Amino acid sequence: MGSNSNHASSALVKRNKWSGLLFGIGLAAFIDETVFHQLLRWHHFYDQSTTDVGLISDGFFHAFSWFATIGGLFLFADLRRKRGLSLKKWWGGVLLGAGFFQLYDGIIQHKLLRIHQIRYVENVIVYDLVWNIAAVVMIAIGLLLLWRRGKEA
Amino acid sequence: MKFLSVHNHETVMDGGYLQLLLAAPFVLGLIIYLLILTKRKDQQTWPLFRTVSWIGGCILAIGSVAGPVAELAHHDFRMHMVSHLLLGMLAPLLLVLAAPMTLVLSTWKVEHARTLSRLLRSRYSQFVTHPVVATALNIGGLAILYRTNLYSLMHEHMILYVVVHAHVFLAGYFFTVSMIYVDPTPHRESYLFRAIVLICALAGHGILSKHIYAYPPAGIPVPQAEQGAMLMYYGGDAIDALIIFFLCLQWFKATRPKSTCKEKKYSFV
Repeated sequence: MGSNSNHASSALVKRNKWSGLLFGIGLAAFIDETVFHQLLRWHHFYDQSTTDVGLISDGFFHAFSWFATIGGLFLFADLRRKRGLSLKKWWGGVLLGAGFFQLYDGIIQHKLLRIHQIRYVENVIVYDLVWNIAAVVMIAIGLLLLWRRGKEA
Repeated sequence: MKFLSVHNHETVMDGGYLQLLLAAPFVLGLIIYLLILTKRKDQQTWPLFRTVSWIGGCILAIGSVAGPVAELAHHDFRMHMVSHLLLGMLAPLLLVLAAPMTLVLSTWKVEHARTLSRLLRSRYSQFVTHPVVATALNIGGLAILYRTNLYSLMHEHMILYVVVHAHVFLAGYFFTVSMIYVDPTPHRESYLFRAIVLICALAGHGILSKHIYAYPPAGIPVPQAEQGAMLMYYGGDAIDALIIFFLCLQWFKATRPKSTCKEKKYSFV
């Protein structure tokens, strides 16, 4: 890449993070839907304890993540054709996005807004802990990947 | 089973002519599109994808307002929902992808084409195809249908039944036109703006689905309402994913770097 395109290429590098972030949010939502709603049937479509705010939050979050899955992949394709793809940065973004979605889902949506629980069992706290710790781990690895790559570039 | 008692089989609702009335515009549309196509001097240049899309859209629309699906929809909320997903979402999408206005504009005599293009540029057309207006017509219409007693009234009054179905189709068509630009679009909005409105529309559709699940419309058995609501939720997601895909694809094509011309193979939209 020539020196005159340095400015454009640094914008492209940043775009890796955003593409990954969007796709990560979408991916986590997709796994939540297919694995926990449809395959395991742990999550319920609707829980009587859902608050009105919970219904609205769930609707917007679901819609946003649905768009983000497809939009994030188109951004990925755009990076590839412009030869600006940095996989490490992209994966950093994916983990950060997925971790953020899972943490928001696990704390705000499940606990505060009570749209549904992870599983309808006695000791749901164990599930909540595993869920949210996994989310924090994903965020940590994601940030690590983004920072390390940032130093090299 | 209160709902079933509302109508008996002797009412006008089961009359074949009601189905005929609703199906007629789509039958006509199918014939006219194919007729215009045969009149074209250069038929080879019209993409096959568009013709197939138009035929598919018309068949789905006809199937949703006439025949077994339409008949079962009178008594079964789940079938009603299937019929509405086809009439209000999938058929409009296929019809929009078929670029009917482009076909007419490029085949008609110049003066006729001019009248049509003036119509497309009119304030009315600008208003109903604005993303926010089209979303309000679409989601607002559904909210009124399912959250007031319009749903049960519609099954008792033939005029309401026709108006609701016409609205569902037209609102779906205008919404799709406001999101993906296939035909000439004089009033264009940015990709980001359309993306934001599309997310809001999808959210509204999902919220309304879950609201129906939580509070079934009067007269509908609870299991039917729950299954119908889930059909609305997941069916809406599936068809909206296609609209999202085409919106993103158009962005992808529009922002293509000038040096690469390899993306010509995606020229169907």
